[in-house]
Amino acid sequence: MLQRIRVFFAERNVLEVETPLLSHASGTDPQLAFFTSNYETPPHSQLLFLQTSPEFAMKRLLSAGSGSIFQICKAFRNGEAGRFHNPEFTILEWYRVDFDLAELMNEVELLFDILFDGRLKTPQRISYQTVFEQFTGLNALVFSREDYSAFAKREHLSDAISICGENHALWLDFLFSFCVQPHLGKNELCLVYGYPACQSSLARLNAKNPLITERVEVFINGIELGNGFHELSDAEEQNRRFDAEIEIRKQNNLPKAEKDKRLLAALKNGLPDCSGIALGLDRILMVLANSRTISDVLSFDISHA
Amino acid sequence: MAVYSTNEFRSGLKIMLDNDPCAIIENEFVKPGKGQAFNRVKIRNLKTGRVIERTFKSGESLEGADVMDVEMQYLYNDGDYRHFMDQNTFEQYQADAKVVGDAGLWLKDQDMCTVTLWNDAPLAVTPGNFVELEIVETDPGVRGDTSGGGGKPARLSTGAVVRVPLFVAQNEVIKVDTRTGEYISRVKE
Repeated sequence: MLQRIRVFFAERNVLEVETPLLSHASGTDPQLAFFTSNYETPPHSQLLFLQTSPEFAMKRLLSAGSGSIFQICKAFRNGEAGRFHNPEFTILEWYRVDFDLAELMNEVELLFDILFDGRLKTPQRISYQTVFEQFTGLNALVFSREDYSAFAKREHLSDAISICGENHALWLDFLFSFCVQPHLGKNELCLVYGYPACQSSLARLNAKNPLITERVEVFINGIELGNGFHELSDAEEQNRRFDAEIEIRKQNNLPKAEKDKRLLAALKNGLPDCSGIALGLDRILMVLANSRTISDVLSFDISHA
Repeated sequence: MAVYSTNEFRSGLKIMLDNDPCAIIENEFVKPGKGQAFNRVKIRNLKTGRVIERTFKSGESLEGADVMDVEMQYLYNDGDYRHFMDQNTFEQYQADAKVVGDAGLWLKDQDMCTVTLWNDAPLAVTPGNFVELEIVETDPGVRGDTSGGGGKPARLSTGAVVRVPLFVAQNEVIKVDTRTGEYISRVKE
């Protein structure tokens, strides 16, 4: 698999890069918990963070003029272990300069066709709003607590009502995870694009419709395999999102995140117009090998590491 | 009592949910890459035996339940209660029909079984996987039939009715799987 990926990108003149796993700064996403480590140079000790993804470092390279790049590396997310999660896992992440989201989706389809030897059915592309309505009958872009709650009750998921309350993004996470995602991509690649703005993360907003973002997610057999964006390049907007997320972390008593000032400086310097995506290689192996749990495709999962 | 977070939910863990003691059967971690983590948990209510599915936000916690499985000897039935004894402490416990449930069909005096205690009171009774019981009533055996075929009903000393092969006769002792209620073999004295 790794070899095929490297050939795929070599043929397209995408440069393989390697960036540090340890960084002075962390992601601010309140949904991602990081690992920390200490860099000891007595009498000094500096707190370092293990990356939750190579995104920031790769964007700094892009800003410095690297052109299109890819990387295969480890990423670390604290507290995530389960049938589809291991706190240390392998990411394939790549960025294409001057690609919009549709062009990136074309390339994702080509790569999967190669990785699966053409065994997948024709890929499906569907917008978040359409697929959400298809399986829930609800409007993903306009929150109605009444409608969402009524649906949850019907589906015997009443826990959602107390967990999600008035939080639209949380409702979407809940209903998408349990009512939509399991149906996506039966033996086919399913690309869901146009995520609601409250689920934008590091994507830019759609130029025509500010309710949706230029974000895509990749699924096969109900398993989430990757996440991509038409990248946000506005340093100011990025800074605002960092601050908002740091504020949420504070309110929820989460560990303090360190804003990546070097990324912000690089964005200010100018991130070229680009789209990028990260795929979980362990999960792709799971689908290829028809494995029930991620530990089947790891040499040693976290409980045996 | 200890408090357990969703990360500690393991199969077999006993917790309190809606004021009832429950056992975790299965715990699945569900998390979108860029979203909230949840735990989808399959839980058995130990009072009613019903299995339900519940969802928690990861990191939420529930109080543990003081539930213990204890090997005990079944002593006797006084009509209202069945009596059990812990052979280590010689402490005796009584349980009514609601607690004993279907286990009552397989309990023979002096047999060992598992009594589940909640706050030191019997919550459920589980018979051994295999019990040996005498047939008190069945149609006469058919000579020459040694294979089984369709079988016939047989009533056991405890009141349970199981299907047995045609060659098995009244007053014989048979071995039964209590989990399925199926006949296993005859027991030679």
